[in-house]
Amino acid sequence: MVRRSIQAERIELWRGERHVLAGIDLEVGAGEMLQVTGANGSGKTSLLRTLCGLMHLEDGRLLWGGRSVYEDLPAFHSQLVYLGHAPPLKADLTARENLHYWVGIRRSLGAADITAALERVGAAAWGEQPARTLSAGQKRRVALAGVILFAAPLWLLDEPATNLDGEGQRLVGTLIDEQLQCGGVVIVAVHQDLPVRSAEPRRLELSAA
Amino acid sequence: MSTSALQAARLILARDLRLALRKRGQFVQPLAFFAIVTTLFPLSISPDLARLREIASGVLWVAALLASLLALEFLFRDDAHDGTLEQYALSGQSLTWLVFAKTTAHWLLTGVPLALMAPLAGMSLGVPYAALPGIIVPIALGTLVLSLIGAIGAALTLGVRRSGVLLTLLTLPLAVPVLIFGAQATDLAIRGASFAAPLYLLSAMAVLGVTLAPLAASAAVRISLE
Amino acid sequence: MAWTWFHRLGSPPHVYALAARLTPWFAWPAAALILAGLYGGLVLAPPDYQQGDDFRIIYVHAPSAWMSLMVYVTMAVAAAVGLIWRMKVAHAAAASCAAIGASFTIAALATGSLWGRKMWGTYWEWDPRLVSELILLFLFLGYMALRSAIDDLQRADRASALLAVVGVVNVPIIHYSVLWWNSLHQAPSVMKLGKPDMPAAMLAPLLIMLVGFTFLFVYLLLVRLRGEILRRERTASWIREALAE
Repeated sequence: MVRRSIQAERIELWRGERHVLAGIDLEVGAGEMLQVTGANGSGKTSLLRTLCGLMHLEDGRLLWGGRSVYEDLPAFHSQLVYLGHAPPLKADLTARENLHYWVGIRRSLGAADITAALERVGAAAWGEQPARTLSAGQKRRVALAGVILFAAPLWLLDEPATNLDGEGQRLVGTLIDEQLQCGGVVIVAVHQDLPVRSAEPRRLELSAA
Repeated sequence: MSTSALQAARLILARDLRLALRKRGQFVQPLAFFAIVTTLFPLSISPDLARLREIASGVLWVAALLASLLALEFLFRDDAHDGTLEQYALSGQSLTWLVFAKTTAHWLLTGVPLALMAPLAGMSLGVPYAALPGIIVPIALGTLVLSLIGAIGAALTLGVRRSGVLLTLLTLPLAVPVLIFGAQATDLAIRGASFAAPLYLLSAMAVLGVTLAPLAASAAVRISLE
Repeated sequence: MAWTWFHRLGSPPHVYALAARLTPWFAWPAAALILAGLYGGLVLAPPDYQQGDDFRIIYVHAPSAWMSLMVYVTMAVAAAVGLIWRMKVAHAAAASCAAIGASFTIAALATGSLWGRKMWGTYWEWDPRLVSELILLFLFLGYMALRSAIDDLQRADRASALLAVVGVVNVPIIHYSVLWWNSLHQAPSVMKLGKPDMPAAMLAPLLIMLVGFTFLFVYLLLVRLRGEILRRERTASWIREALAE
C-alpha cells in the first residue's frame, strides 16, 4: 500500500518573470490537513496546480508516497482530486449528468451512488436541472458531490467554501473531517479558516514575491 | 471499479454528442458557411455549368476545408473555459484517448455532415450523379484528417485572443497534402475515372493521423494548461 | 561524464560566453566563402549552354533554399531538446532560428521568382519546389505568430516547440504531395539546367556558397541567440557582470 503523504522539497516555480514559488517546503501525511493562506496573487492557486502536477517545477522535488510524482503522473493523478476556483460543470448538462461524466472517466458510478452523493451535499432537489440554471452556491455543492464520489486519498481544494452560506461552510468542514478520518490527505487554499473539527490544521502562509 | 481508457473515451464521445444535441445551433454554422461559400463561386465566375464543373472539385474542397477550420475553434474552447478540460488532464486516464474521443465527436458532428451535404453543392456546380461517391468518401476522410491535425492547433491556441485566424494559419499548411489528394480524388470522379489511387493515399494519411495526431494534441493540451 | 558538456549548454551564462567566443570563427569564414563563391559563380564559371548567364542566380537561390530547410530542421531539433529536457537555452535557440529561416525562405522565393521571370516570362508559375518553399514560409510565419500570440513566455516556448516538431514531421509529406500534384499538372520546373551533370567549374562555387551560407547561418544564430538570452535573463544577476566585460 502506498504510504499516503505528499512532500514538496524546495520547489521553485516561475510564471514568465515572476518568481511565484521560491523554495517552498511542505509535508502532509495521512489524516493531516494543510491550510494555505496568503493575499491575492501570492501564489496559492499556482501552488495547488503545481502540487497536482499541472504545472511543472523549475527546481525541487515533489513526492507522493516517497516517490517523485513525475515518474508516473497518471498514477499520481488517479490518487487525487483537484477542485479549482470554478466548479467544473458543463452548463448544458444536468448536475447528475455532469457527475456521471466527470467522475465516470475515472471510476464507474451507478445512479444510486450519484443520488447518495447529491443528497449528502444537499443538492438532491436540483439534481435534474441543467447546471446553467443553478446558482454559484448550488454549483459549488454539486462540485463537492463530485469530490466525494472520486474517493481519492488526496484532496487539493482551491477555496472550496466560496459562494456557500454558513450551512454550506459547515458542510465543507464536515466533508473534510470525514476525509481526514479515513486517512486522507487534504490541502486547501483559503482566505479564512474552515470549520474543521479534527486536529488543528497546519498552516502555510504564502507571501507575494 | 476504475474505468478503462476505452470506456473513458466512449464516455467522452457520448458526452460531446449529447452536448451537441442540446446546442444544435453551433453545429449548423459550418454547414451554412459551406453552403454560402460554394454559392459565391458561380456568382463571381459564371453560371455556366461546364465551366463550373472544371473547378467544382477545388471549390468543394476549399469550402469544406475552411468550414472545418471554422468548427475547430469549438473543439476545446468550452471545456477549457469551464474547467472540464483540466479535469480530463487530471483524471489519471490517457489524455491521448480522451482527445481522440473529442476529435472523433467533432468529426462526426462537422466532417460527416459536410461530406453528406457536399453532393448538393456539387450538383449545383454541374457535377454528374455518378461522381457523388467521389465527393462523399474523400471529403469524409479528408475532414477526419483535418479534425485530427486541427486538434493540435486548437489545443496550442487555447486561451489566445481571437485565435480563429491564427488557428487557420497554423493548420492550413499542414492540411495541404489532404487538399491535394482529396481534390484530385474528387476531380477524377467528376471526370468519370477511378479515384482509387488518391483515395488510398488519403486513407494512409488518415491512419497516420489517427495514430500520431492525438498524441501531439494531448501534449499540446497539457502545454496549454500549464 | 560525457553528458556534462550537454548540461553546461543548459546554462545561459555559459552559452552566452561561448557564443561570443565562437562568433568570429563563423563570421570571417562566412564572408570569405561567400565572396569566393560569388566570384567563382558570377565570374569564373562558364555560361550554361541553354540558359546562358541567367542560370547564375542559382548561386544564391539554391543555397538559400537549402538553408531554409536546414534552419527549419535545426529549429525543430532545438525545440525538441527544449521540450524534452526543459532547457531554456534550447527554446531561445529555436526562437532565434525562426526569423533567419524565414529570411532564407523569402530569399529563395525571390530569387526563384526572378529566375522564373527569365525562363518563363512570368514571376510565378507554380513550380513545385517554389510552392514547397512558400508553404515552408507559412510554417515559419505560423511559428512566429504563435510565439507572439501567447503572453506567457514558458507557454509560448513550449507551444511553439511542439508546433515546430509537428511541422518538421509534415515537411516531407507536404513536399512529396506537392511534387505529386505537379507531376499530374506538368508545371514547368526552373531547376533543370542545360546538361544533366554540372561540370566542376559550375559545381564548385555552388558548394562553396552552400558552406558559406551554413557558416552565415551559424553566425547569425549566435548573434541572435546572445540577444535572446540577454532579453530573457535581463533580471538575472550574472548579466551585470557579463555586460561589464
